[in-house]
Amino acid sequence: MTGVGRTAADGASRRFVVLCLVIGAISIIAPFVFPAIVKQLSIFWVMVIVAYTWDTMGGQLGYNSFGNIVFFGAGLYISAIIQIAPFTNMRAYTAAGEQGSALALSMGQYLGGLAPGLIAGALMGFALAFAFGFVILGLRGHYFAIGTLALGIFIAQIFANWEYVGAGSGITMPDLPGRGRASDQDKSLLFYFLCFALAAATVVFLRWLYATRFGLAINAIRDDEDKAEAMGIATTLYKVVAWSVSGFFLGICGALYGNIVRFVDPEETAFDGPGLGVWMVLMAVLGGKGSLWGPLIGAVLFHATKELLWTYLLGFQNIALGLLVVVIVVFFPEGIMGWIRARWPRLFGERVDLGAQSEAAR
Amino acid sequence: MMPLLAVEGVSKSFGGVSANRSVSVKVGEGEIVGLIGPNGSGKTTLFNSIVGFHPVDAGSIAFAGREITTLRVPRIARLGLLRTFQQTRIYSKMTCMENMAVSAPNRGVRLRRMLSRHPPEVADKSEALLEFVGLYSKRFLRAGDLSFGQQKLLEFAMALMNEPRMLLLDEPTAGINPTLINGLIDRLQRANADLGITLFVIEHNMRVIMNLATRIYCLAHGELLAEGPPEAIQTDQRVVDAYLGAS
Repeated sequence: MTGVGRTAADGASRRFVVLCLVIGAISIIAPFVFPAIVKQLSIFWVMVIVAYTWDTMGGQLGYNSFGNIVFFGAGLYISAIIQIAPFTNMRAYTAAGEQGSALALSMGQYLGGLAPGLIAGALMGFALAFAFGFVILGLRGHYFAIGTLALGIFIAQIFANWEYVGAGSGITMPDLPGRGRASDQDKSLLFYFLCFALAAATVVFLRWLYATRFGLAINAIRDDEDKAEAMGIATTLYKVVAWSVSGFFLGICGALYGNIVRFVDPEETAFDGPGLGVWMVLMAVLGGKGSLWGPLIGAVLFHATKELLWTYLLGFQNIALGLLVVVIVVFFPEGIMGWIRARWPRLFGERVDLGAQSEAAR
Repeated sequence: MMPLLAVEGVSKSFGGVSANRSVSVKVGEGEIVGLIGPNGSGKTTLFNSIVGFHPVDAGSIAFAGREITTLRVPRIARLGLLRTFQQTRIYSKMTCMENMAVSAPNRGVRLRRMLSRHPPEVADKSEALLEFVGLYSKRFLRAGDLSFGQQKLLEFAMALMNEPRMLLLDEPTAGINPTLINGLIDRLQRANADLGITLFVIEHNMRVIMNLATRIYCLAHGELLAEGPPEAIQTDQRVVDAYLGAS
């Protein structure tokens, strides 16, 4: 996985490419086979992205963040502003709230707002993580977790009181033009493929990143930060960069999510700490923290379970979800990948090698 | 000649406890110097002060002619002054090879370097050093799965990987089985002779330190008690009293 130990790395690369091709093929076919649930599938890729970006901090760096939702929400809002403000009076539009009709734009206007919106989301996520990182990443362990939790609540409160973006009553996002009824947008392939592309880019980028010196260094910080410092690693910089990478992808992801759900609310869509903010942790933990495929496995299981529970056990869904968490923590404390690794360590290249070189001492 | 490490009148107290009182120590380039003293005499505190783990209350510390008193840990480590820990510290979820690779020198912090892969030489050198400490066959195992003694050897190999000019070793033989200790002494001496690494060693095992060091400092109650070659320290009445308790 990390490129140290050359023969193992070659095999892992081939396996990675094959897996990517298989998953990619399924993902491209899926929306055409199941056209009724394209929106759910789009949200699945959102789940994948938030799980992976959380794992960069919680799994690879060992900093359990409950504040990643901030970058998601900030990306969502900045994109909403950029997609709406140039075409109408933002203040009047948001004041009308849910009673007003959604903004109708031409395709050119729509895409002309969406593209810079996504870019701004990325930059916003990156910049916020970079700025907050220098302040909060000085905290360690539980203190960091609590600090990030407070950060999420703090930012959510700011947006909930900011009239320009609709404060507590939120913003209705513009309709995707060229479609008669708004419900058609649920079946929008545009956002499905944007989400899928972003998820794929996230996974490929993170896999590359984890194989660099940077990847090993953040693992070292996770295992023993004092030791890493004592070995000359500039830990603060690495931590801030890791969070900024998370923020970058989360910013774009948030911007996409706003367009998929089409209604932006500070507490239930943008800064949904108790929902998405916790789910991203659950997915990474369920699949296996600090492993490349863990977050994907976690997202598949979690999203499928969640959608089934919401459909068939409505009213009890949170109880069932809570039970799922208990089962994970009790039976798979290291997640599914961690469980597999503990049972079959050789699959992960862990082996005693009594090779040609003699041992100087035993 | 200027000493490689010069500690001048360093004091450090924690609350009401004075852990170091005006301690002065000099270590020349290429030397192996020992630091002994009863439990709680301030040896590890002195190490922590030298590597910048905590600020000192008074005094100054210079390394290779450069003032390092107020520098922080990673900065000092990048200058080539490295320490190992009394409670062995390795990266437990990473394999031995990864532990070694991540210990490769980080002299300059540049983004392009940060985002590059380790060149193949790093793997070669990791293997050579793991061979040197006798952990070659264990190189693909997670460091956390090694025994305590093996982790200690790994930590030593990681320190060598970093190409330090000087190593501060905090009880390198504690918890290692007696037959391995001779091998470790031999390796420490080879690191000193072949790689030119200056060693400053805290050790409780008298046989080890008397064999290893050419000069020994003895601390007691936070103050420097005696200094001299092993034979003189061994027979110094003050040192004997400090260890056995004078009446």
